[in-house]
Amino acid sequence: MSELTTKTIAELRDGIGAGDFSAREVAEAYNAAVVAGRSLNAYTVETPELALAAAEAADKARAAGELKPLSGVPLGIKDLFATEGVDSTSGSNILKGFKPTYESTVSGKLKAAGAGMLGKLNMDEFAMGSSNETSAYGPVISPWKRNDGGNAALTPGGSSGGSAAAVSAGLAAGVTGTDTGGSIRQPAAFTGICGIKPTYGRCSRWGIVAFASSLDQAGPMAKTVRDCAILLEAMTGFDPKDATSLDLPVPNWEAGLSSDLKGKKVGIPIEYRIDGVPSEIDALWDKGVEWLRDAGAEPVKISLPYTKYALPTYYIIAPAEASSNLARYDGVRYGLREAPEGGNLDAMYAATRAAGFGAEVRRRIMIGTYVLSAGFYDAYFTKAQKVRTLIKRDFRDAFAECDFILTPTAPSAAFGLQEKMSDPLAMYLNDVFAVPASLAGLPAMSVPGGLDGQGLPLGLHLIGKELDEQGVLNAALAIEERAGFTARPQRWW
Amino acid sequence: MSEYRIKGETGEWEVVIGLEVHAQVVSNAKLFSGAATAFGAEPNTQVSLVDAAMPGMLPVPNKECIRQAVRTGLALDAVINRWSRFDRKNYFYADLPQGYQISQLYHPLVGPGEVEILLDDKDENSVKQIGIERIHVEQDAGKLMHDQHPTMSYVDLNRSGVALMEIVSRPDMRSPAEAGAYLRKLRSILRYVGSCDGNMEEGSMRADVNVSVRKPGDEFGTRTETKNVNSVRFVMAVIEHEARRQIELIEEGGKVAQETRLYDPDKNATRSLRSKEDAHDYRYFPDPDLLPLELTEDFIADCKASLPELPDDKRKRYEGVGVTPYNASVLTAEVETARWFDALLEAGAEPKQGANWVVAELFGALNRRSETLATTGISPQEAAELLKLVADGTLSGTLGKQVFEIMLETGDAPSKIVEERGLKQTSDTGAIDAEIDKILAANADKVAEYKSGKVQLFGFFVGQVMKAMAGKANPGVVNERLRAKLD
Repeated sequence: MSELTTKTIAELRDGIGAGDFSAREVAEAYNAAVVAGRSLNAYTVETPELALAAAEAADKARAAGELKPLSGVPLGIKDLFATEGVDSTSGSNILKGFKPTYESTVSGKLKAAGAGMLGKLNMDEFAMGSSNETSAYGPVISPWKRNDGGNAALTPGGSSGGSAAAVSAGLAAGVTGTDTGGSIRQPAAFTGICGIKPTYGRCSRWGIVAFASSLDQAGPMAKTVRDCAILLEAMTGFDPKDATSLDLPVPNWEAGLSSDLKGKKVGIPIEYRIDGVPSEIDALWDKGVEWLRDAGAEPVKISLPYTKYALPTYYIIAPAEASSNLARYDGVRYGLREAPEGGNLDAMYAATRAAGFGAEVRRRIMIGTYVLSAGFYDAYFTKAQKVRTLIKRDFRDAFAECDFILTPTAPSAAFGLQEKMSDPLAMYLNDVFAVPASLAGLPAMSVPGGLDGQGLPLGLHLIGKELDEQGVLNAALAIEERAGFTARPQRWW
Repeated sequence: MSEYRIKGETGEWEVVIGLEVHAQVVSNAKLFSGAATAFGAEPNTQVSLVDAAMPGMLPVPNKECIRQAVRTGLALDAVINRWSRFDRKNYFYADLPQGYQISQLYHPLVGPGEVEILLDDKDENSVKQIGIERIHVEQDAGKLMHDQHPTMSYVDLNRSGVALMEIVSRPDMRSPAEAGAYLRKLRSILRYVGSCDGNMEEGSMRADVNVSVRKPGDEFGTRTETKNVNSVRFVMAVIEHEARRQIELIEEGGKVAQETRLYDPDKNATRSLRSKEDAHDYRYFPDPDLLPLELTEDFIADCKASLPELPDDKRKRYEGVGVTPYNASVLTAEVETARWFDALLEAGAEPKQGANWVVAELFGALNRRSETLATTGISPQEAAELLKLVADGTLSGTLGKQVFEIMLETGDAPSKIVEERGLKQTSDTGAIDAEIDKILAANADKVAEYKSGKVQLFGFFVGQVMKAMAGKANPGVVNERLRAKLD
């Protein structure tokens, strides 16, 4: 592994700026790492030529004294983002071969900031999954192994599993992820990296394939808190093409980074002590509280009483929206078409969607269709919307007493492939800590806290007030500085 | 107008009618995309990525479409909801790229309002108010073409995403004529407002017709809904046909099924499309891609200020300056007519005479010549000039008609025609006296008869003088001079 691929984005940026190395060297190192890392199955498409082209532009820009914020930084882009002229399939057979004529706002902003694209990152099909096992391209293998001498293949988490594996294995300096109910934060925790989901509306959803529109948010994943701040600045901003985009200026988050938390209060939700969560995770949580106290914050107990309904609420609202969002994949205009001989339009729909969607996507379309159906709508969907409002109120009340909230990111460390595929409910439980912030649209971040007894990373989770990404980043920075998490997976691939 | 009743085997039946009118909003762009909306363009040339529902595309409301719907609501005296929301109506069809139509079920943009119709054009007291329940805004679907390929249907998405207003009436109409009057009045208001061109042939306005029957005084019967009827005449035919079908069915011991029907103009019949049991479950839910629409008072005030004078106000204004109720109603029915007449008044025409002339003379001539106000070369200013020449005696009534005919033919201004053809009426007593003397001399026998008491011969002398002067003599002067010479 090249020295260059271990550097942070801040280091790459500064090194290219200072002339310590060229952007081309960086791109070549990463292109080589991507090829060497193929056994992880992190990328669905490799675009070394795009990474090189951006690097050449960066080197020219440097010569001309016109470096941009991300000049020469090679990134991986989750396959959920439409990228112009490059396969964008959302991990699904139904979009196999689909090359958009357009570029998503977020990936476009990153490119405009000078970043190069190494390729498209594997993911759970349409972002539905927590282990990257629902992908039509097969699962991503985590670069991490347990220290038990066994060689079990582990999940990097999901749905942004390719994104997480790529950063953690040094196959990208940083990546985009999307988070609907934890899809950035849980994989970040499983692979020992940082990932932030900003306030709903900060990142434009234009050009990102929709899973659940009221929950979907893009965000960065990277090695460090600072790198996340750098990427987040480049990704966010008002977009008139997204009616839910926030028309607010983009804060200078990197410049605002400070781990001095004097005068801040960190909320510890009493309801988040959940049966069955390993004691190591509770212990890390306690350690996290101490780190934040050390940084000057005062811990306070808070209550989020409706949290226990968050997961069932999420699994009504998200599938409901998905069942409608995915109706456009019908074989009429693009993507897969299966037209049985002599069949009518309905037969084409049925055959196309049966062949194109995997089991988990079909399950969620059916759940979503059911909860929106006449006679069930009020009992499920309306009720879920009401609970969602109560969950938002929980947070509003809690933030009257604290500035940010600390919880574990996930209820376990990374698990083995196949371990949970036969039990969807166990799989859904992975997002129990992540989902409430999604339902409330709040900024939330996972930062590595340490390793468990099996040598696997565990993450700590910070939830902030609406629009207070800075508060979340600063608290995460305080933990990062104190946790001293430097572990990287042993290279076996 | 007497009450409309249908005679059945078991007595008289009353028809209950409600209309859902889909009116295409006049706007250069679609409801949620920037694509153009021209009618008759080549297939799939007016389609954006959003209209084709490409992956990751998002709808953004077009303010102009919302403005037009609010203006329409204000013109119908309707409640404008400060807070409304878009919902998705989910179903699969090849002309519906998203797999759902963005519409407004739960919280429409416009609430209750009303439309005033005249049951009898000539009787201004025959008004009836037809209630509007709501107006909501929604996307139109694309179009399937089944005649392009032996085994496949083609899809044209030009219309996909075009903004529609669905104007839902209350079940307040009781006859085909009332439904016709309502539709015509609604279309007139939409055209005044400029929010819909009302072209039913091009499909920019179409109606779903809800019909039920009952014995007068009974509860409402079960209704059927006949979809997508595209002319006033067809709407009236559907009501008649559907009412009779339902009455026969009930009188034979059957029951009306709540169902959706289609009208076949060639057979003048409706047929069942789907029953209530087969009805789609549309799984409406709030569209999470769109925030609720919140209107400011300023926006609504601007919409209000932009409204033109509406037909009812205009009619009352015309009546106030002496125009007969019938003429006022004819002149205000179509916005083009009203604008023309307003320009005529502006150019100085006297309202009552002007209205009479437009309704009787101008419309008669245009009808005869298969022309319209838009195609004729006569401008309101020239018409006003003509009327003035008649009113001030420069032209006699007869000459006026001649000049008008020449105007229709040549498009020339009346002053030019009068000048060039020497059609000006004369009040020159010298010339008139000379002609009178000639006529009296040539008809000495008739003069004797007149003087002996046959006074009805006076008209004969007037006619002879006018004829001799080719109609150009001022009839008043001729009368006066003749009396002076004969009496």
